[in-house]
Amino acid sequence: MPDAAHLDALDRRLIVATQAGLPRVSRPYDAIGAELGIPGGEVIARLQRMLDTGVIRRIGAVPNHYAIGYTANGMSVWDVADECIDELGARVGVLDFVTHCYRRPRRPPDWPYNLFAMVHSGSRDEVANRVAEIAALLGDACRRHDILYSTAILKKTGLRIAG
Amino acid sequence: MPEARASAAPDDIDRRIINALQGDFPLVDEPYRAVAGSLGLDEAELLRRIDAMLERRVLTRFGPMFQIERAGGAFVLAAMKVPEHEFEGVAAKVNAFPEVAHNYRRDHSLNMWFVLATATPQGITEAVTAIESATGLAVLPFPKEREYFVEMKLHA
Repeated sequence: MPDAAHLDALDRRLIVATQAGLPRVSRPYDAIGAELGIPGGEVIARLQRMLDTGVIRRIGAVPNHYAIGYTANGMSVWDVADECIDELGARVGVLDFVTHCYRRPRRPPDWPYNLFAMVHSGSRDEVANRVAEIAALLGDACRRHDILYSTAILKKTGLRIAG
Repeated sequence: MPEARASAAPDDIDRRIINALQGDFPLVDEPYRAVAGSLGLDEAELLRRIDAMLERRVLTRFGPMFQIERAGGAFVLAAMKVPEHEFEGVAAKVNAFPEVAHNYRRDHSLNMWFVLATATPQGITEAVTAIESATGLAVLPFPKEREYFVEMKLHA
């Protein structure tokens, strides 16, 4: 496990320089390198190493779900028996309509749920159908569930670390 | 669909670009040229369209997605139960914290769900305390204990 990614000061400056996005110019890595005082090839090598160690999950575009037609976004939450949550969570996580799937702590008495699976779709009816598929997969191991629909994006900036 | 909406919506070429850019953006000297070539576009057209989609917020960002925990940082989902009549004011206070990366309103008694991103794990505790004192409301953190699968799988 790459527990410690061993980032040096230059890696951290590279994170700060790219966390808001890549420059939209023909040679973006040269442009970042010019800002940091290193060659573009060094930028490429360091980004590749961060991809290899998991510091970077991927390099690409993040679409606004609403703008591409996924107007309904339901956070489905499940109270799953502890002894089978890991096996079942893995099966829920690979469903193609589930974009994020995590085990999280319960917060009794307000919050009995320990499995979170985000479902994106074109309508609430479709989300509900997909949630029913998850319910069928979980079967008796799930005691109860709920769907929390998002009704507004209040903020979305991605991560920002201080330079 | 109203015309103003239609003109802001991604067209077929935009959708192909979005799908192509969800995978791994090439780490080569001229990556846009490489992607443009695979889509049968020229580089200038691809750059113009990415800029336009960022401008119209069809894309919320374009670049590396950092997994902050691997860089020593922390990323935690948290929720609050906000009284309806205070909702707007509380949202403004919460959003003013730079540690708040996303914030969504959801229809549940826990009606505000946000993600805290900080450079260190202690930063999460500090941000929770600071948000509680700024709003006078309790913040419930939901740290992830296990990640089953996370990947961008949406198709435009």
